[in-house]
Amino acid sequence: MSIKHPENAAKFVANDERMHWHDKALWFVREKRDKASKSIPEWEQLREYADQIKTHTMSNLDTYLLEFEENATKRGITVHWAKDAQEHNEIVHKLLSANKVTKLVKSKSMLTEECHLNPYLESRGIQVVDTDLGERIVQLRDEPPSHIVLPAIHLKKSDVSDTFHEHLGTQKGNDDPTYLTRAARASLREDFLTAQAGLTGVNFAIAETGGVVVCTNEGNADMGASVPPLHIASMGIEKIIPRLEDLSVFTRLLARSATGQPITSYTSHFHGPIEGGQMHIVIVDNKRTPFLQSESYKKALNCIRCGACMNTCPIYRRSGGHSYEYVIPGPIGSTLSTFRAPKKHKTLSFACTLCGSCTNVCPVKIDLDSQLYTHRQDLREKNIISNQKRLGMQAAVWLMTKPALFNFVGKVARKIVPKLPKGMIYNKFNVWGKQRDLPNMPEKSFKDLYKEGLKDD
Amino acid sequence: MTSKEQILQNIRTNNVVKNTPLPDYSNFGLTFEDRFEKFTTMLESVGGKALIIKKEELDKTIKEIYPDEKVISTNVDICGLGNFDSNKEDDPHNLKDIDLAVVKGEFAVAENGAVWLKNKENRHRSLYFIAQNIVLVVNKNSLLNNMHEAYDLISFEKSTYGVFVSGPSKTADIEQSLVIGAHGPKSGYIIFVE
Repeated sequence: MSIKHPENAAKFVANDERMHWHDKALWFVREKRDKASKSIPEWEQLREYADQIKTHTMSNLDTYLLEFEENATKRGITVHWAKDAQEHNEIVHKLLSANKVTKLVKSKSMLTEECHLNPYLESRGIQVVDTDLGERIVQLRDEPPSHIVLPAIHLKKSDVSDTFHEHLGTQKGNDDPTYLTRAARASLREDFLTAQAGLTGVNFAIAETGGVVVCTNEGNADMGASVPPLHIASMGIEKIIPRLEDLSVFTRLLARSATGQPITSYTSHFHGPIEGGQMHIVIVDNKRTPFLQSESYKKALNCIRCGACMNTCPIYRRSGGHSYEYVIPGPIGSTLSTFRAPKKHKTLSFACTLCGSCTNVCPVKIDLDSQLYTHRQDLREKNIISNQKRLGMQAAVWLMTKPALFNFVGKVARKIVPKLPKGMIYNKFNVWGKQRDLPNMPEKSFKDLYKEGLKDD
Repeated sequence: MTSKEQILQNIRTNNVVKNTPLPDYSNFGLTFEDRFEKFTTMLESVGGKALIIKKEELDKTIKEIYPDEKVISTNVDICGLGNFDSNKEDDPHNLKDIDLAVVKGEFAVAENGAVWLKNKENRHRSLYFIAQNIVLVVNKNSLLNNMHEAYDLISFEKSTYGVFVSGPSKTADIEQSLVIGAHGPKSGYIIFVE
């Protein structure tokens, strides 16, 4: 089954007021990112360094993973390896059942979303409580997160109020964010104190020290990993960095790129279990290694999941995270998903204006717009795109490779199009005509104007 | 083949990523003429507050900020307000009723308003999060410029955990409205002592 971004986006866009509100909320975050990055004179050098560290790591990934495992083991951490989502879920479940865990508190982890860990554990009788506030909200609503950093960005406070009234018994209609947050705090604090295990994601894993770093604002990862006796950390193979000092680059870039904060409230370095407890790390591949074999898409694996590319993307802001139907939405999600399952996600690389803004803000310099552009060609070559799109592209190629004809058609179009009845231009075959009008036809073509300009010189 | 062997083999097979040297951070990163002023500005921007006081004024200052907090745990030698010894507890769950934690910070970073905490003499790392309020006490001379200087000082010898804390816990997950006090402390002060 392939997903259809245009159809999903159409549903989101149908609520004009909410679409604009969503757009503004994300643009606000993007502006905060700009302010934060401009306050660091060496910002571009930091991006350069981050790119170098990631590239160096990826070319030596096997060595660093082994170094990490060795050092983590010395620290009393048990390291597990999972080739895919299924194996990851099995390992986590085995650890939980061996420790008789009936309730697990989880902090935000896109990897466990990717592996569909929650339903897996729930169907085996383990209660899973997402503890990041945004994640908790979408969990209670039985929805996936719509953004990797701001999971409930698509919801208004009235939505949250209704959800909490139903599930946490808050006052009906009280949508004060502080009141709602306090209610969630009280309920989740109870969960932290009664859970027998905590699971966190991993932002960075350090080969040199054998520990992992988790960044949160709420402190939920720390509550989950320091109160219950069992801490499980799930990490993708790409989270590794070589040296402790390399963290200086990433801790400076991550929060500033994500939300415009100088650093997250908590940047926690876990290097062993709590007293009398256990710490386990599950290293997961799940279709990551093929990126290392692709000249076009290898850099996608360098992503540090800050979300800056989605906050700046004009398409993401106006179509909402759920329209992507992939665990990671926005530009990075579009390229990751299309590489992994081109047939399923074939519409996503076309949901891009090639404006390049994502590439400009990416703290690790992933060539996102180039990747999306290349995907289109790859999809065409593999004959995966729809016939309508393929024929349209073929017609455009045919016309554009015939300059004389192209000039002639342009001339005719400038004369005829203004006189055509609207129905000829705006119909179901021309999806671009939805909610768009053509600009007035210019008198002269760009080519004519250019030639005149040359004469003036 | 085990999953580990298979993953490593997948990484090694036809890896097209070209090696590039790791950066060197010596003499890198912005510096500030007035580190305290920068630190304060950054911390306030994330909902925290910083003060500089004389060593002898510590107890009085904390009492003024938190007059009503009853259960107080501290690992700061010069603080005499502690009435709950977290290190005597075997189970971190027993720390749940602490109103105020007064904790020693190893150093602070001006560029982002963060303080580095390590648990060498603190038995339960949960103390930093489970307490309702927190005061971090830092020596005024331990204020660095940036994160590159910070990581030069960090090591995990004899400790299993360390954390940069910048301000109290907070969230903006409900319509981007900033709410101070999510799961960790609801308020936080950083006190530099001379």
